[in-house]
Amino acid sequence: MGWNDMQPLLVQATQETAWMVGLATLATVLVGLPLGLLLALTRRGGLLQNAGANKLVGTVVNVGRSLPFVILIVAIIPFTRWVTGTTLGWQAATVPLAVGAIPFFARLVETAVVDVDGGLVEAVQAMGGGTWAVVRKALLPEALPALVSALTTTVIALVGYSAMAGTVGGGGLGTLAINYGYMRFETTFMWVIAAELVVLVTLVQLAGEGLARSLDHKRPAAASRWTLRRSVPTRTSAAPEAAETPAREPELTGSTSR
Amino acid sequence: MITTSDLRKVYPAQGREIAALDGVDLHVRQGEVYGVVGTSGAGKSTLIRCVNLLERPTSGSVSVDGRELTALSPAELRETRRSIGMVFQHFNLLARRTVAENVELPLEITGLSRRQRAAKARELLDLVGLADKAKAYPAQLSGGQKQRVGIARALAGDPKVLLSDEATSALDPETTRSILQLLRDLNRQLGLTVLLITHEMDVIKSVCDSAALMRGGRVVESGTLHELLERPGSELARELFPLGEGEPLQGSTLLDITFQGEATAQPFISQLARTYNVDVSIIGAAVETLGGRQVGRLRVSLPGSFDENVVPIGYLREQGLQVEVAA
Repeated sequence: MGWNDMQPLLVQATQETAWMVGLATLATVLVGLPLGLLLALTRRGGLLQNAGANKLVGTVVNVGRSLPFVILIVAIIPFTRWVTGTTLGWQAATVPLAVGAIPFFARLVETAVVDVDGGLVEAVQAMGGGTWAVVRKALLPEALPALVSALTTTVIALVGYSAMAGTVGGGGLGTLAINYGYMRFETTFMWVIAAELVVLVTLVQLAGEGLARSLDHKRPAAASRWTLRRSVPTRTSAAPEAAETPAREPELTGSTSR
Repeated sequence: MITTSDLRKVYPAQGREIAALDGVDLHVRQGEVYGVVGTSGAGKSTLIRCVNLLERPTSGSVSVDGRELTALSPAELRETRRSIGMVFQHFNLLARRTVAENVELPLEITGLSRRQRAAKARELLDLVGLADKAKAYPAQLSGGQKQRVGIARALAGDPKVLLSDEATSALDPETTRSILQLLRDLNRQLGLTVLLITHEMDVIKSVCDSAALMRGGRVVESGTLHELLERPGSELARELFPLGEGEPLQGSTLLDITFQGEATAQPFISQLARTYNVDVSIIGAAVETLGGRQVGRLRVSLPGSFDENVVPIGYLREQGLQVEVAA
């Protein structure tokens, strides 16, 4: 099987994978973000502390996370059929993908939001802001770099899941790999598909990292220009020195006593 | 301007209850800088958080500018908080907003238009001396500059009251001085009432009109600095003007003399020595200017027991000095 035979198949499968992952990501953000926020806010010591609600949402999320994805695909077939009218093809695969990724993303959102310095919440409250103002002005904007990283991780997981969905007729690159690589022993083709997945995942990772870094202003100037380079030191080591470095007071310019 | 009465805050901790505030009565007059000082764990932080109800007291009441905060609905409380500025030890600036955007934040919450917000932020940054940093991010600023942004932000709602929660504790001594000077200037220029908490006596000495000492969730002593100095046995006065631990000489009387205002100009020590023919030894002394008035404390030792020195002590008291017999 030559490149000319592979190419049209690859293009179509890649498009299907892109649609699956894209739509599932959209659904994941739309549902997972509010869910994660709810988990963070209803925690003990949270703004809307509510043990009952937290336990309920937490349990649903945990069940969703502990189900193996292959089982999930089969288990929710009736739901998938109700949503898309079919159980085959990339459209059908999108449903279990979203259902699987939502709890995963929700937990990551929860961590990102809880990590926001409580002092900022206090500051907004002291200004007369209510819960909604705290969420909109402090929690979400300050957590944004972490949220972008969380989404990157989720999208990469979705690419992996989408290939798994492919093995049970979900379309996309996974189906291609099974149909040709496994069933027809087209080993070369399978490696080409594997290579494409590696490239895809790497691109998503780099784009996510770059975006997260350009959104992060916790480090001193200029670092954000190098968005797509890996050579920049990790943010954990850079953050503390940011607080210390420039130490000149406006009224002290010209003073040599320091 | 700020009054708390019988304020209590109790935290449950491992089955027991810990009282962070144990009946605090505080009265801050309009236009003064009031400092609450105490060691960590004394309840200062809880107290200042109870003043704008970031923490709700277990019992007791808080009123600011004639409004009883403890009796307000959540919406009314948010409205009232807009006229109470607050600055924090760790600045609490939003890292993803520029300096100007940080200052505009309270105005966004109030719902001002973009143009009004920008104008106000410019004006405030000018006031705190950071007009050239409007587009910088907090990570690019020094600690002192961050606190100036914090102060500008606290002033955005044109508050009558400013609460300062250890605003200078994370700063070096020089920066601390410039921030305190700024608070003092704002207090004078804008007639702002300032309530600050600190663990540093120097902060009290350099900016406060009045002070309160907290220990174990209670205010053990309070008053204007001048009242405190005149009060016999005042712990705050002793802390503000430490005289050290001078060894009392054998068979002598140790006196702590506090003087302020016109008394500082009198050469009372030499007069004492000449009139009564006693040898006065100075063990320790501290002289400072508080609110434009010279005040000081002096520890001297006179030979002989207390009984032998009744007359010279009486003489000193006649001069308008406050004299305490220490040993």
